[in-house]
Amino acid sequence: MNFTELLPAAPEILLLGLICVVLVADLFISDENRIITFWLSIAALFCTGWVTIATQSAAPFTMFSGSYISDSLSHVLKVTAIGIVALVFMYSRDYLRQNNLFKGEFFILGLFGLLGMMVMISANSLLTMYLGLEILSLSLYAMVAFDRDSAEASEAAMKYFVLGAIASGTLLYGMSWVYGLTGSLQFHEIAVAINDPEINGLPLWFGIAFMVVGISFKFGAVPFHMWLPDVYQGARSAVTLYIASAPKLAALALILRILVDGLGSLHEVWQGMILVVAVLSIIIGNVVAIAQTNIKRMLAYSTIAHVGFILIAIFCGTEQGYEAALFYTLTYVVMAAGTFGMIILLSRQGFEAENLEDFKGLSSRSPWFALMMLFFMFGLAGVPPWIGFLAKLNAIAAVLDAGYQALAVLMVLASVVGAFYYLRVIKFVYFDESTDKTALPVALDTKLVLSLNGVALLALGLMPGWLLALCAIVI
Amino acid sequence: MIGLQHYLTLSAILFSLSVAGIFINRRNLILLLMCIELMLLSVNFNFVAFSRYLGDETGQVFVFFILTVAAAEAAIGLAILVVLFRNRRSINVQELDSMKG
Repeated sequence: MNFTELLPAAPEILLLGLICVVLVADLFISDENRIITFWLSIAALFCTGWVTIATQSAAPFTMFSGSYISDSLSHVLKVTAIGIVALVFMYSRDYLRQNNLFKGEFFILGLFGLLGMMVMISANSLLTMYLGLEILSLSLYAMVAFDRDSAEASEAAMKYFVLGAIASGTLLYGMSWVYGLTGSLQFHEIAVAINDPEINGLPLWFGIAFMVVGISFKFGAVPFHMWLPDVYQGARSAVTLYIASAPKLAALALILRILVDGLGSLHEVWQGMILVVAVLSIIIGNVVAIAQTNIKRMLAYSTIAHVGFILIAIFCGTEQGYEAALFYTLTYVVMAAGTFGMIILLSRQGFEAENLEDFKGLSSRSPWFALMMLFFMFGLAGVPPWIGFLAKLNAIAAVLDAGYQALAVLMVLASVVGAFYYLRVIKFVYFDESTDKTALPVALDTKLVLSLNGVALLALGLMPGWLLALCAIVI
Repeated sequence: MIGLQHYLTLSAILFSLSVAGIFINRRNLILLLMCIELMLLSVNFNFVAFSRYLGDETGQVFVFFILTVAAAEAAIGLAILVVLFRNRRSINVQELDSMKG
């Protein structure tokens, strides 16, 4: 075995090595110098990102007996995931420090979660996919319970753990049927085997149904969404920020690799199931979000609605639909990272800015960050020229081109309903008087990164050409 | 003669029992953790039966990985359970309702 053969998997191998270095180094760092762990983690992310870019190749490359694939889709998703995790660490630093949670474990679990996401993104067999999913999920369960003196956080962690384990079990049960009928775990071999009319029958559909349920659980789509609002609300804001952003990229990889690469020719079989889940998510997500007073809970329901849009784009089953889903996910994670970054910015020692009222009068406390909040809310609501508009437009165009007019009307109506609760936040920010006049206690570099994140939504919306072209190349 | 379908039926029964156990049980979280283990074991049963039937070892390799992950999962689940008990002095499923909306 030649070492150069391992080169396509270099990002994962390097990241694993660097995590071990950070883990051991953290043991020798005292609490006052914990900032070193933070900078080591950022350095690890930077090195992994650089290696991911340096080792990319145009042609898809499979290795480890076909269990691992390195292609342009995996490069784009991995680089984005690394960037988003770096943003999460930047935003969380001061928040964790003020709440006495500035421990090495947060960064190490975050890096392990990233490793899980990268394995999922590059998975080319059911086994690799399952392992990546579990590396990610186990890190996330521990992160939710990270603040161990909080009753809410431990309750949220328990709910997340139980429902996540059921999801894994259901997904695995489906996988076992697909394996038994096709005789293979690799997506490309499964794709060939299912063309055989003897295999393509009721038992296979049974297995696919279980897998779709498992995937919907992981995505947090209705009717398998019950964990999502509780976890977003119960976890500390820094952890919510992590859960809400980067894992969505891995979830997209999960659905694209299994349903599109593996079971693409059985599109009519899974299409109906995805449609039901997606339509329910769009309707229930947008309607229930209106009734929320807790902003984290409101954003959880908004996530469910956005997931519905991504799933509808995948439901189309066309190249255009998959491109729209990828574009939507890439832009959504940037918006989600920024929005939760704002919640963290407003929180400080012993105070969580988690109610909508806490955003009252932000414009008099900090006009610049009020503007950033406006950017994020317009982005999520899909107001042109912010990037969220184009993401929604692409998804709707894909649905129309696939010939589902009624569905497109429903998507537009749901977006209008959704705009209401995003605009309500802006009303609080600009038109209500604040009861709290303190300045925002955040370091300069965090403010700078958050501002860049906000401006990026507008800049991408004005110049989306390269991102659209990238999505078209990748799919 | 015991054939593939007998194994699959048994596995389906185990899986249904575990799902029923998770949704019907309203009292004890430890029972929930046991049901989750049962669910993973029923999947293992399926994999081994198919692997034997197909004469292909990959399925049995998968089972090794599932067993390992299940052990890690149980460890994290019990750790969360301990934290929960310390904070709330109860592991009753019905009392896990502080968040609503």
